[in-house]
Amino acid sequence: MHLVGHHFRQEWKQRHAFFGLVLYCAATIFIAYLAFRNSIDTVTWNALFWIIMLFASVNALAKSFLSESRGRQLYYYSLVSAPVFYLSKLFYGIILMLVLSIISLIIFSALNGTPSWNFTSYFISMITGITGLAITLTMISAITSRSGSHTSMMAILGFPVLIPMLIIIIKASAKAMDGFSIAAMPKDFILLLSLMVMATALSYILFPYIWRD
Amino acid sequence: MKLQWWKILAILLLAYTIVAGFLTDVPRLAILHESIRNLYFHVTMWFTMIIVMLISLIYGIKYLGSQKAEHDIVAEETAKTGVVFGILGLITGSVWAKFTWGAWWVNDAKLNGAAATLLVYFAYLFLRSSIEDSEKRARISAVYSIFAYSMMIVFIMILPRLTDSLHPGNGGNPGFNTYDLDNTMRIVFYPAIIGWTLLALWIAEVRVRIHKLRLKQDEK
Repeated sequence: MHLVGHHFRQEWKQRHAFFGLVLYCAATIFIAYLAFRNSIDTVTWNALFWIIMLFASVNALAKSFLSESRGRQLYYYSLVSAPVFYLSKLFYGIILMLVLSIISLIIFSALNGTPSWNFTSYFISMITGITGLAITLTMISAITSRSGSHTSMMAILGFPVLIPMLIIIIKASAKAMDGFSIAAMPKDFILLLSLMVMATALSYILFPYIWRD
Repeated sequence: MKLQWWKILAILLLAYTIVAGFLTDVPRLAILHESIRNLYFHVTMWFTMIIVMLISLIYGIKYLGSQKAEHDIVAEETAKTGVVFGILGLITGSVWAKFTWGAWWVNDAKLNGAAATLLVYFAYLFLRSSIEDSEKRARISAVYSIFAYSMMIVFIMILPRLTDSLHPGNGGNPGFNTYDLDNTMRIVFYPAIIGWTLLALWIAEVRVRIHKLRLKQDEK
C-alpha cells in the first residue's frame, strides 16, 4: 500500500507526463470528431471509443515499467518481494487508467454527442473493461521492459493477447448502448470477470520469473 | 539411418489419409458436396496445431522450473512448427470457405480466434528474435507464451460456443456431429489426426536436432 502511494507521488512529480496522456487522448478524440463529422452511429461511437482507449492504455501503461531506471528497479528489488511489487504496479495502473478513461469519456461524449444509452450500464462495463485492459497490459509492460525493447513492442505483444477481452468488452458496452442493463447480460460479464481473474492470477504467478534479472 | 516406428506409422497413416480421403465414399450433402473431404486436411491442421502448441506450452513451463536450455529449444521449435500448421489450416479453411460460404473470410468467432492465435505466436517469435541474451530470451518468452496461450484457449474454446456462426461446432451444436456422424468418414478422420500430428512431431524433432547441432558448432 505504501508502494502504491509512492507510485502516485512519483507520478505527481512528473505530472507533465500525465497531462501529456490526457492531451494525447483529447487530441485523438478531436481528430476522430473532425474525421466523422456528426455522422456517427452508435456502433461506430462505441468502437471508436474503445479503439482510442486501447491506444491510450498501451501508451499509459508502457510507462509503468519502461520508465523506471535500472538503478531504481534494483532498489525496489532489494526492498520488496516480487508479488508485492507487481500488485502495487497493478493498482497504480488500474487507477491511472480509470481516471484517464473517465476524462476521455467526458470529452468524447461532449464532442460526439451522447447516444440514447443506458448510462449506468455503459459506465459499469467501461470501468470493468478498462480494469481488464490495465491488468493485461501491466503484465505485457513488464515483459516488454525486461526484453529491453520500446513501446512499439508493447503494442505488438499486447494487441493479440487483448483481442479476446476487447471483443467481449465491445459487445457488452454495445449492449449497454442499446439500453440493456447489466443484469441483462450476465454471460458477457461472467466471461469478462473470469478472464480478468485468470490474467491477474497468471501475472501474479509468473511475475517473479521476469522480475529477477 | 533407421526410422523409428512412429515415423513409419506417420508415413503409413498419411498415405492412407490421402488415398482413402480422396477415394472413399462420402455423404452427399447440399452445398458441401465433395468439398467435405477437406475435413481430413483442414480440421486436422487445427488439431495438430493445438497439440503442438500445447507441447510448446508444457516445455515453456518446464523451462521455468528447470532452466535447462534443452527445454527452451523444444518450446521454440514446436511453436514454429505449430505456426506452419496454423497457416496451412488458414489456407485450407479459406479455400473451403470460398466454395461453400462464398467468401475467403467471414466475420466469425472461430475464424477470428484462429487469426488471433497466429498473431500471438508471431508476436512470440518476434519477441524471441528481439532478445540477445539466450537465458533471458528463454525466460521472458516462456512467460509470454504461458500468458498468451491461456488467454487464447479461453477465446478459441469458450467464446465461439456462445455465439452463433456458420462454422460447425458453434451456436450450441457440440463438436461437428452435423457431418462427422457418418462412420465412413470417421475411419479416415481419426487416423488423419494422428498422422498429421506425428508428422508435425517429426518436423519438430528434426528441427530440435538441427538447433542443438548448431549450438554445439557455435561452442567450438
